[in-house]
Amino acid sequence: MTIDWPTVLPLIFAGLMGVAILVYVVLDGFDLGIGILFYAGTDDAEKDVMINAIGPFWDANETWLVLAVGLLLVAFPMAHGIILTALYLPVFVLLVGLILRGVAFDFRAKVPVHRKHRWNFAFFAGSLGAAVAQGYMLGIYVLGLRTGLGAFAFGVLTAFCLAASYAAMGAAWLIYKTEGALQQKAVSWLRRALIFAVVGMAAISAATPLASPRIFERWFTMPTMVWLAPLPILSVALFYWLWRLTERLPDPHDSHSLKPFLGLAAIFLLGFLGLAYSFYPYVVPEQLTIWQAAAATGSLAFILVGTVIVLPVVLGSSLYVYGVFRGKATELHYD
Amino acid sequence: MDTLILSRIQFAANISFHILFPTITIALGWVLLFFKLAYNRTGNVAWMQVYFTWVKVFALTFALGVVTGITMTFQFGTNWPGFMETVGNIAGPLLGYEVLTAFFLEAVFLGIMLFGFRRVSNAVHTLATLIVAAGTVLSAFWILVLNSWMQTPAGFEMRDGVAFATDWWAIIFNPSFGWRLAHMLIASGLTVAFLIAGLSALRYLSGDRSESLHKALKTGIVMGAILIPIQILVGDQHGLNTLEHQPQKVAAMEANWETRANVPLVLFAIPDEEARTNHYEITIPNGASLILRHSADGVVPGLNDFEGEHPPVFPVFWAFRIMVGTGVLMLVVSWYGAWRLWRGRALPKPLLYVMVPMSVAGWVATEAGWYTTEIGRQPWLVTGVLKTADAVGPVPGSHVALTLAIYLILYVVLFVVYVGVLIYLALKAAREGDPEPRPALSGRAVDQPMEAGE
Repeated sequence: MTIDWPTVLPLIFAGLMGVAILVYVVLDGFDLGIGILFYAGTDDAEKDVMINAIGPFWDANETWLVLAVGLLLVAFPMAHGIILTALYLPVFVLLVGLILRGVAFDFRAKVPVHRKHRWNFAFFAGSLGAAVAQGYMLGIYVLGLRTGLGAFAFGVLTAFCLAASYAAMGAAWLIYKTEGALQQKAVSWLRRALIFAVVGMAAISAATPLASPRIFERWFTMPTMVWLAPLPILSVALFYWLWRLTERLPDPHDSHSLKPFLGLAAIFLLGFLGLAYSFYPYVVPEQLTIWQAAAATGSLAFILVGTVIVLPVVLGSSLYVYGVFRGKATELHYD
Repeated sequence: MDTLILSRIQFAANISFHILFPTITIALGWVLLFFKLAYNRTGNVAWMQVYFTWVKVFALTFALGVVTGITMTFQFGTNWPGFMETVGNIAGPLLGYEVLTAFFLEAVFLGIMLFGFRRVSNAVHTLATLIVAAGTVLSAFWILVLNSWMQTPAGFEMRDGVAFATDWWAIIFNPSFGWRLAHMLIASGLTVAFLIAGLSALRYLSGDRSESLHKALKTGIVMGAILIPIQILVGDQHGLNTLEHQPQKVAAMEANWETRANVPLVLFAIPDEEARTNHYEITIPNGASLILRHSADGVVPGLNDFEGEHPPVFPVFWAFRIMVGTGVLMLVVSWYGAWRLWRGRALPKPLLYVMVPMSVAGWVATEAGWYTTEIGRQPWLVTGVLKTADAVGPVPGSHVALTLAIYLILYVVLFVVYVGVLIYLALKAAREGDPEPRPALSGRAVDQPMEAGE
């Protein structure tokens, strides 16, 4: 059997890019979320604990964004140009946000103490800006890179809801990594953020099929509708389970502390699968398919070799690092 | 101002700011590994103290490198879509390898390197330092492959205006790659050497006489003194390589308007592109012919051979002179310092006062060098394949003007804070000196030679 590489390779890369985006959203989701929650009624000591809960991980988490954009650029160079020029200003807000929060991380710990609060604020503002920009880009992308007042309003809605979802992830991570009063607070943050996350997912789920008749067809024809039914049903069930779980948190033995985070990650996964199903095979909605936008087969093959070797190593070593820093967050020491 | 010129300024601003940080981390990783290995070998806690002092600088610098680097990846798409459309088949995989092999290695193990000393064994901590150091060099490797390929493209063919790879080996080891990589890696080493020496001099001047400070000061000076002559040789070879493959760049570097023999070396001049001549020249007869052709009557290509196709002369000419001038200053300072150390004498105060501002000498030389080679590539983005003007995107000029203005403000603020924090950390370390005994080390497991031997 011969493999039709020009057909298969763009598929593989679309899949890899999907994985990179999903991993990014889950991982950087929790550390952006902690930035968003930075001023939700916390004192200085709690802020330090929140930073310690993400300190060893955030660099690597952010690298998944570089990989996702890198794969877009490597595998679908045409799409990279079209999408990013269309989203010029939100991309800019995202970048400034990431710069601010990234440097604030280090600056807040190294500047003279009386200047620390400035960088605390930069960490909050940068995290919020980055999350909002990503949500806005998601909204505009879902609408097929449309412009106009309606698209803008929808973008604002998704921006708000994605930021809330990240806040939920951040709160869930804090439930896992902290104890005592801060953990208690994190539970109530999680509950509030969850409501907005639900609204956001519902809004996107409703808008996506309405934005394009092609996507509407994909979802609402028999018998595919039956096959697809588990996707929304599972999401709703997970939300409900999570909501009930938060009523019992924090529990005295702390045995459920990782569950909210895993539950949210599963919800992100389901939402992502739904989006992927809607847009396949387009990489620029309704304009360019992954095959039209793909780079030359030889180039894709060249980079695939490296990807297949490196990605498992990256995943393995990431797990190792999470293992080294497992358990409740403690003060971080260079020495 | 139009989108093209604004986008060019924005890219220049972003990359000029970005390069400051990798230039430090590439070599600082290895210097940290050296400190770590020195500690492992001798068991002297002072080495670990130097490590902890400089790993903080590494953490801060690395973070700035990551966040400013992300900007670059996006900018190819937001401002220069023509670049990826034309040469994406080649540039894409090279950037992809950079992210995959290097960026991840660094970012994943950085957590252990920075905060893992109490959580993992000493061997694993050393290994994490090694991996991070290797990752930074791998990163530089791939980025310089891409940059060199843009300067001297090879191993590809054009079909319907799009580049397709024909030979990856030829793409990676393109004609200017080897010397450029060596030149950049050594530049990074020199930047770190002078940064360490300069900040240590500052601590010394503010009264710090701790053992760890002496170790740092000596490391910086000796490293600078060893690397600078190597850099001069490598730079010369890199220049000859440029003469062979991009003669118009060398013509602009030397401000040589006519192809001829017995070309003098221009030490000072105000190149005038309209009149196509130099004003207020100070020259050394036959100098350029001797350097570039190794004979007084060697023929050196002039800008007249490339009229309309050569880079702007004034910035290339002066950027090159700033780089070489800084290099000469580095040679004088590091050799004098090394000679004093070798004779076992204290460093004289005037030398220390010179070394403090020279903390940034490596930055100056690196930026000037990159301006030489990047402006020297114009008007091409990819030599002979794609002109810069043809790659720019359809974004309105007003949007680019807005983003550029905010980037510039942000960069100025970050730069001031970064330098301020480096000085603050140095002075704080000077006040505290070496604490005895090291609190973290006293409670460590017996996997360390120091404790095993006791």
